[in-house]
Amino acid sequence: MTSLAVSSGAASTHLPWLWLVSRGSGLTLLVLFTAVLVLGIGTRLGTSSSAVPRFAVAELHRTLALFAVAMLMLHVATAVLDPYVSIGWWATIVPFGSHYRPLALGLGTLAVDLGAAVVLTSLARRRLGHRLWRAVHWLAYLSWPLAFMHAVSAGTDMRVWWVAAVVWGSASAVAVAVGARVLSGRRRDRGGQSPVSAPSARRELESARIGGR
Amino acid sequence: MRTPVRLRVDRIACDGRGLCAELLPELITLDDWGYPIIADGFVPEALEGLARETVGICPKLALRLDRERGVVGTVGVAPARPPASA
Amino acid sequence: MGATPLLDHPPRPGEAMKVRRLLPGDRYGPESLAAHLERHGKLATDRSSRGWRAEMVREVERAGLLGRGGAAFPTAEKLQAVLSSTRRPVVIGNATEGEPASMKDRVLLARAPHLVLDGATMAADLVGARAVTMVVHRDVRPMVDFAVDERVRLGIDRAAIRVVTAADGFVAGEASAVVNWVDRGRPVPLGKPPRMSERGVDGRPTLVQNVETLAHLALIGRHGSQWYRQVGTEEEPGSMLVTLVGAVARPGVYEVGIGSTVGHVLALGGGPSASLQALLVGGYFGTWLSGGNSTLLRPFSALGLGVGLGAGVLVAFPTGVCGVAETARLARYLASQSAGQCGPCRFGLPAIAGEMEALAGGRPARMSDAHRWLEEIVGRGACGHPDGAANQVTSALRVFHDEVLEHEGGRCSAPGGQFMLPLPTKGSG
Repeated sequence: MTSLAVSSGAASTHLPWLWLVSRGSGLTLLVLFTAVLVLGIGTRLGTSSSAVPRFAVAELHRTLALFAVAMLMLHVATAVLDPYVSIGWWATIVPFGSHYRPLALGLGTLAVDLGAAVVLTSLARRRLGHRLWRAVHWLAYLSWPLAFMHAVSAGTDMRVWWVAAVVWGSASAVAVAVGARVLSGRRRDRGGQSPVSAPSARRELESARIGGR
Repeated sequence: MRTPVRLRVDRIACDGRGLCAELLPELITLDDWGYPIIADGFVPEALEGLARETVGICPKLALRLDRERGVVGTVGVAPARPPASA
Repeated sequence: MGATPLLDHPPRPGEAMKVRRLLPGDRYGPESLAAHLERHGKLATDRSSRGWRAEMVREVERAGLLGRGGAAFPTAEKLQAVLSSTRRPVVIGNATEGEPASMKDRVLLARAPHLVLDGATMAADLVGARAVTMVVHRDVRPMVDFAVDERVRLGIDRAAIRVVTAADGFVAGEASAVVNWVDRGRPVPLGKPPRMSERGVDGRPTLVQNVETLAHLALIGRHGSQWYRQVGTEEEPGSMLVTLVGAVARPGVYEVGIGSTVGHVLALGGGPSASLQALLVGGYFGTWLSGGNSTLLRPFSALGLGVGLGAGVLVAFPTGVCGVAETARLARYLASQSAGQCGPCRFGLPAIAGEMEALAGGRPARMSDAHRWLEEIVGRGACGHPDGAANQVTSALRVFHDEVLEHEGGRCSAPGGQFMLPLPTKGSG
């Protein structure tokens, strides 16, 4: 915070709120992206209950992803427009192309590039077919760590305790979710049935139906 | 004049994830292993929108709506189990 | 026209018609090309004109030839569907014979390979294909290779014929599984759309025909539809190959006019060698019927029995063998043969087999669940495997109803009885 006060004094024409919004949206984005990934895994695994049916998890995953895209545009635009640091529009698409901290930002750009592929193929899923969609969707597992490293290296607020808590909390959530996914994949390969196919889950769904949608 | 549609599933693509039965229980129930049992006949007009949504939510893109021309089928809400002589 | 008459005598109604159309008489071993031409004469040489094609398809339609692979689909319709495509089609002759109880395709290829190959080349000319792939059971691969060599040396086929060994397994003989095997090396069925007649091998329209159907086609090509209809009945014309299995004096493959009574078909094989408690018609996808006169006096045909004849298998099931135990064994086999691509079949069949095995062993069995699963799996797979299995097991539970009651009471009519239904041993076809 003190560094911000000093610099705003030096170049009084720029607006500090661009910088603030860029940082705030960045942190929010990490949380959103984490939620999207965890929900994505949740669609795949997770027993269904009448309270949170699987289709709801799937829809929430999609909705948050699209919301994250909007948040991302805000994050990127404010970072570029902020005249204090020199980030060209070019750097928003081409990784490691900025003058300001190219490595740290480049990680973010790379995460966005991969994420864009995931989102675009998802929007065109019906036309592209399941196989192509699924192959590209795996990139999400690469995109998140890049976004995370970008947050840790480009982010300026890791010294603030609650920012660090949110960042490491997000990492833990992803680690747990991915771990569960890997274990479930191994169990399925060995011929086990998926959790939703247990008769108890089916009866739960039926009772949810009898009571009305 | 709307052409009636049938809800069909690609049995090989289907993985028994069960989202379809949650969203469209009027037409889809799950068997003991989580795989869909889809009611015979055309999709009732009132459920067509929901059926489209259901087709979109399937994680494996296994569902589709087939347009059929000319053939008159039974229109209406189907029972939870298919008829015995299926 | 043909060189030798093909019927011993005009058929009399209700009589087992001794038919000698497909299989050569007393010779053993494969019929050479020369002997084949002597028996049947040559195929018409001008087989390229559109006029010939149209006329021949009409002949096949008039003959009423149905596919002999199990589905009994009208051959003329199939030819027409492939004919009307824009891309150049391919022809597949299917002799996979994944059904363990059936021997007819192998016997036909082992005894009269040239009749089948005539049919294949004729089918190719009919649909405008230049390539024929014969997918044959490993047991008869050498005979088919030899016969193809004979033909290649004389250059009698316009189409190029290549031979491929069929994959093992029950579902491997299903039409789309054969196409998948030839195209991609995976002998599992494909989903319904697109149909093989639209897009099969190499994305081309593909005509898949059982080898017995091809043999009949070759004879219709020589002698016409009226000749074909001289045997059989008005509604179900022609002859067919039957594999007789089980409690008959001489199990084996016999040719018979369609519509001969069940009793007469059994008589061709020397008659029952024991009193029969049941008959299995069509193979392991087929239907169990009671073994009494009510069945024996009926015509051995789809209309006569009210059930499909499948691959033309007739199993004579004697008393002294436990119907419940055998059905459990079949159920387990069919479950093991699932391609495993569709949940209802992959999980449903083993579950049904489990309850049948419990019942056979006198342990508590959830038969109401089993009946429900048998109903539920029908029509819910990408191919006919669950349907066929459900049909057979359901009919078994009906025919062996008394035995089911015995087992539910912890008893068995034939404890220690031998298993008699043929099943492949592990690791073989």
